Amino acid sequence: MQAEEKFTDATWPAAPEKATLEGKNKYLGFWLFLGGETVLFASLFATYLALKDKVPNADHALAKDIFELPLTFITTVILLTSSLTSVYAMYHMKNNDFKKMQAWLLITVLLGAAFLGLEVYEFNHYVHEFHHTFTSSAFGSAFYTLVGFHGGHVAFGLVWIISLMVRNAKRGLNLYNAPKFYIASLYWHFIDVVWVFIFTVVYLMGMVG
Amino acid sequence: MANNQSNSANPNVDLKYRRKKNAEEMKHQVVTFTMMIFFTLIAFLAVAYDGFSHWFIRPFILLLAVVQVAFQLYYFMHMKHKGHNTIALFLFSGLAVGLATVLVFMTIVWL
Amino acid sequence: MSTYAKKKGFGATVWDYLTTVDHKKIAILYLIAGGLFFIVGGLEAMFIRIQLAVPDNDFVSAGLFNELITMHGTTMIFLAAMPLIFAFMNAVVPLQIGARDVAFPFLNAVGFWLFFFGGVFLNLSWFMGGAPDSGWTNYASLAMKSAGHGVDFYILGLQISGLGTLIAGINFLTTIINMRAPGMTYMRMPLFTWSTFVASALILFAFPPLTVGLVLAMFDRMFGSNFFDVAAGGNTIIWEHMFWIFGHPEVYILILPAFGVFSEVFATFSRKRLFGYSSMVFATVLIGFLGFMVWAHHMFTVGLGPIANAIFAVATMAIAVPTGIKIFNWLFTMWGGSVRFTTPMLWAVAFIPSFVAGGVTGIMLAAAPADYQYHDTYFVVAHFHYVIVGGVIFGLLAATHFYWPKMFGTLLNETLGKITFWLFLTGFHLTFFIQHFLGLMGMPRRVFTFLPGQGFETGNLISSIGALFMAVGILIMLYNIIVTSVRNVRVGNDPWEDGRTLEWAIPSPPPFYNFKQLPLVRGLDPYWVEKMEGKDEMTPAEPIGDIHMPNSTILPFVISLGLFVSAFGALYNVDNKDWTLPVMIIGLLITFGAMFIRSVKDDHGFHIHKEDLVNDDDKEVKA
Repeated sequence: MQAEEKFTDATWPAAPEKATLEGKNKYLGFWLFLGGETVLFASLFATYLALKDKVPNADHALAKDIFELPLTFITTVILLTSSLTSVYAMYHMKNNDFKKMQAWLLITVLLGAAFLGLEVYEFNHYVHEFHHTFTSSAFGSAFYTLVGFHGGHVAFGLVWIISLMVRNAKRGLNLYNAPKFYIASLYWHFIDVVWVFIFTVVYLMGMVG
Repeated sequence: MANNQSNSANPNVDLKYRRKKNAEEMKHQVVTFTMMIFFTLIAFLAVAYDGFSHWFIRPFILLLAVVQVAFQLYYFMHMKHKGHNTIALFLFSGLAVGLATVLVFMTIVWL
Repeated sequence: MSTYAKKKGFGATVWDYLTTVDHKKIAILYLIAGGLFFIVGGLEAMFIRIQLAVPDNDFVSAGLFNELITMHGTTMIFLAAMPLIFAFMNAVVPLQIGARDVAFPFLNAVGFWLFFFGGVFLNLSWFMGGAPDSGWTNYASLAMKSAGHGVDFYILGLQISGLGTLIAGINFLTTIINMRAPGMTYMRMPLFTWSTFVASALILFAFPPLTVGLVLAMFDRMFGSNFFDVAAGGNTIIWEHMFWIFGHPEVYILILPAFGVFSEVFATFSRKRLFGYSSMVFATVLIGFLGFMVWAHHMFTVGLGPIANAIFAVATMAIAVPTGIKIFNWLFTMWGGSVRFTTPMLWAVAFIPSFVAGGVTGIMLAAAPADYQYHDTYFVVAHFHYVIVGGVIFGLLAATHFYWPKMFGTLLNETLGKITFWLFLTGFHLTFFIQHFLGLMGMPRRVFTFLPGQGFETGNLISSIGALFMAVGILIMLYNIIVTSVRNVRVGNDPWEDGRTLEWAIPSPPPFYNFKQLPLVRGLDPYWVEKMEGKDEMTPAEPIGDIHMPNSTILPFVISLGLFVSAFGALYNVDNKDWTLPVMIIGLLITFGAMFIRSVKDDHGFHIHKEDLVNDDDKEVKA
């Protein structure tokens, strides 16, 4: 198979993710999908902003009561760092260095898992400390839906990257799987883009009041 | 499908050049990342500090977020490279639709 | 690899279609499924008109009437018009741009099966405790209180089929951007391809808000959230915005491809290049752009305030400008041309006055103060049926006759086609023209009956008789299809003799690899360019070589089936039954399992070898 032929460092193309027509299609199609995802998350943000602090009665916790700076800062730094590590992975992919790419992807996955773990802890904390749940108020529904959709994307990204790593562990890089790795990393960056707006709009602005 | 289209006649010279260029780009990425963390820190500090009015903080941290996202898109996701015109068109069209949605939901949902 | 020409038994054919990733076969699947749902939606329309034929009628109960109008609208928009449009997009666009396939053949199949299972799920509601009854707009204030599971069927069914549509949109965008033949620049693309391109972009940006709206509704109805529960801080207007941010672009998603079809038909049967090609492209893009900033004109009476209403009113009226450009370009295309009134051309010519009438009432409705008077009356019903039937359905019927030979290799009977046309056209105007006046006289929409002595009797009776004409017209078309298929008289490459674009340069139906050699495109209407130089085929852009093709696979079907299964679990979740959670999980496992298999199993496709292509040539000569 042409796409699976072995490359030396010298014959490995400069942009392996776009070296075949399939790769080009995947690359463009995935960016278009991200354009659609932008609208999807914008709609969720819009819903959150419309329903922020809309609660049935005064006993309910509001945004300014529940969020905490330190925890959000830690999760943010973790996720931003995972974005850098996936850049490193793609750097090594372009240099045809499969082992280092896998190593950096593994770090990315670990950071992503840490982020998810902290998010679960955080949700748990809100539920038990503040009785701020998915069903307690419109605010709660909107908050957990927006942040939960993002968390779901992180979880999906983890499964995706892990299965790519495992599947290709034995056979290394070729022009068939290079686009797959590349768009998985694009997806991971996009998750980070969304998170930048979540920590700014939901958490920081929530604390400003 | 032409698999080897981007390599020049002398692969070893080409390889050296490419390695160097990739390494240089990676350096830029690290600088970008440092600035992103720095911006994040500033945003959190601006919120933590009591002295600012929220009329200042809100636009300020939003601006920091926008700059950070631009870094992500143009450096980490390589949109600054050539051949991203179509992609930019669609991404920003999506953003425009999304922003219109946000604007409406912040103005005319509660009557 | 030369086994593809074998004759097959019935079971093998079914399996072939279940596993196909060929855009031409998927087109046929879309046509059949969309056609079936069109008939279902048409039956619902007939029941509505029977109920409203005379005052105080009790043909159906009030509750059943609500279900009928809801299902009629939902079925016609999501399950008939959209898939029928996708049928022609799939059949024609790759051929028009000189591609061997779409960019993502696998996803193309996923898109179809998602639509199909979503549609089946929605329609199962009739047999499982009642259909949705909150109108096709499913406004939250009604829908959240709707008893039974009807609305749940709506939410989950549309969610599944909406995903399919989104996938199809991305697929066409990528195909058109990346896979055009050598020389096929953007400004040489046929108008149908252009309108597919713009409609796909609209799908990409319009379907996510619908997805979100449906997710919110699903969470509220099935998982106890409070988005639309005012007592818990929720707000039902959020649904209205979400729905119309999707819903208004949706009508352009429907009408633009119809515009594209008409552009092809006018140019072909006037034997003239389309008048003002670049302004047509510009107008198409502009309509797509404006289509996103007008949604609140569906919500003038919500009370958004004078500023918001004014902005949306002006933006709405602005759409008349590019649409007007198009209308005049079509007229000038016919002007001085050697016009042939074939069946597709008849539909195209009839479309102009019908659609303009719908456009004029559109401008009337866009005037926000006046809209308070028209709102929720039959005037609105008349308006949107004039644009959707007079625009989209005419376009689909024109396309059915026009592209039938390219899809099936036989030409539909022209006489029967013209009978269909005259019956349907007469019926259409009988049914809907009078409804303008019923509306102005004050007849509200969505009421299950009316009282005698209010002046609505004659109008409604005429309207119902018109509906009968349309039904007979469609029946004759079905008869036409059967007769044509049984006779099976094969036609050549260019059965209309005046084909201008690439699809007419290859056999009808095309071989599964479409183009043996990719064509070299040397101008707008490339086939016509060659014809004018005395040639009868395209100049190839490459030597004959191996052709890479994707493998057939059952996975798209399985992925979609999983979501279908899972939807039953979600639907009955509120009833506190033990089996719902396992069913949801099993369904999702099927879906994600199939996706996982797809991801880890390498599928490089196969190659058709040069020698087989040459052999094929011999076969054609013998035949």
